[in-house]
Amino acid sequence: MDALVAAVTVFVLAVFIGFEIITKVPPTLHTPLMSGSNAISGITLIGAVISTRTDNPKLATILGTAAVAFAMINVVGGYMVTHRMLDMFKGKR
Amino acid sequence: MSDFLIDAGWVNLAYVVASILFIVGLKGLTHPRTAVRGNLTSALGMLLAVVATLLANGLDFQWIIVGALLGGVIGLVAATRVQMTQMPEMVAIFNGFGGGASVLVAGAAFTIAAAPTAQMTIATGISGLIGAVTFTGSFIAFSKLAGIMPSGNIAFPGQKIFNALMGLGALACVAWLTVDPSAVMAYWIIVAIAAVLGMTLTLPIGGADMPVVISLLNSYSGLAAAATGFVLMNNVLIIAGSLVGASGIILTRIMCVAMNRSLGHVLFGTLGPSADGPSADDVYGGKVKATGPEEVAMLFDSAQRVLVVPGYGLAVAQAQHVVKNMAGILESRGLTVEYGIHPVAGRMPGHMNVLLAEADVPYEQLLEMDQINQEIEQVDVCLVVGANDVVNPVARTDPQSPIAGMPIIDVDKARTVVVVKRSLSPGFAGIPNPLFAADNCLMMFGDGKKALQELVEALKEN
Repeated sequence: MDALVAAVTVFVLAVFIGFEIITKVPPTLHTPLMSGSNAISGITLIGAVISTRTDNPKLATILGTAAVAFAMINVVGGYMVTHRMLDMFKGKR
Repeated sequence: MSDFLIDAGWVNLAYVVASILFIVGLKGLTHPRTAVRGNLTSALGMLLAVVATLLANGLDFQWIIVGALLGGVIGLVAATRVQMTQMPEMVAIFNGFGGGASVLVAGAAFTIAAAPTAQMTIATGISGLIGAVTFTGSFIAFSKLAGIMPSGNIAFPGQKIFNALMGLGALACVAWLTVDPSAVMAYWIIVAIAAVLGMTLTLPIGGADMPVVISLLNSYSGLAAAATGFVLMNNVLIIAGSLVGASGIILTRIMCVAMNRSLGHVLFGTLGPSADGPSADDVYGGKVKATGPEEVAMLFDSAQRVLVVPGYGLAVAQAQHVVKNMAGILESRGLTVEYGIHPVAGRMPGHMNVLLAEADVPYEQLLEMDQINQEIEQVDVCLVVGANDVVNPVARTDPQSPIAGMPIIDVDKARTVVVVKRSLSPGFAGIPNPLFAADNCLMMFGDGKKALQELVEALKEN
């Protein structure tokens, strides 16, 4: 129960921080914000990696491998396309 | 066997640092100047979290490498090949992969757990539910945006009741799973139901509402990741997931306000065309003045301040580079050129800004709606390209109109307005636009790109 309360606390505080920061992102950057969010939601990659442990049932390894692939698409694709877009916003040098 | 090669405390510390890097990275996105660094900071956080996780004992590296290579190559190709006009499709499908990953990770964790607690079971059920809805919903959204399926609303009789029953069925399975955690099958039934639900919820949503749907699914993909964090009791998953969830919800709200739609209407209802508004003939009858490129070129001779208001039509016509050309000529003659961007000018939040940035328009010239509305009386020539509803003054003047109260760019208050448009056909709201018949408005009929190219030619000759 203690662990759950701690986790809920972290969740609620993170949502508040999210609201505080994201409302300050200007509309000009909303598309990169969304693709950058795609990349961040690829954090499930670490859960996917853990599921492949060899002492786990085979099914977990299969699910984990597929999840690694899905999450990697988001991480690699998300960060790279965001970088590509933001590069165009550098303005006049 | 301990969980990690090093003390688990260090791994958790690395997760805290990664979370901070995500937050600092997002903070960088609050200004174009710091945005590139922000994105790199966020990527560094991801790298740190992944490297720390790879220190876990007994990982099956063979399979991790297979999955990582497969996903990495797909991501790399997608990120380098995608056209900026296709960004909505890309974000839509990436939302789907995020949801799919959460379904798989939660499923794997549940398969492993010897004696799952009630809390873990509920979190697993929710993770499967949100993740699967996101997965299939995003594929429908992608197919509509990419033109693989018709973008209109696709509905069948009793759809709402069907959706409600499916939702209840999924929740009942979550309850079943909680009572009997050994019923792993219940998890996959939840996923199957949610997968169908994701489709039946997204199919009836029409093309005009796609910016709302992508934003909402973006939020869901984050919430699914956060739910997976509750399954694994992992803070960095919870934090990263809730940041994304918050971001998606804020964007959803901004899109709803900008389109004058409530979220409930987008999800469960459709916007009917107004039955008793004034007809197009009443509004336009004999009052619309057509113009040509030479006349518009001459207008610029006596102008100082020019505002371009781009709409979805500009993106469709791929006319952003021609607009930039025109702006270059005008600027070389000492005119000020700025762009007024309505929040739903593109097909997703901020889309038009990206398209203009791609055409090398400096971001300082991109003005937000509220900003430009304060100064619009000082604009000598306002060039509206492929926009309709977002510049319809009826939103301000007629409380009975279906777009009453919708925030618009008040282009009718500029000294002269030139509207580049194919015809007088209505926009998504299905109502006539009195702007086109206003005394200070000239209509330049034609395809956006072609018309602007003619205008550039006329300017060069002038």
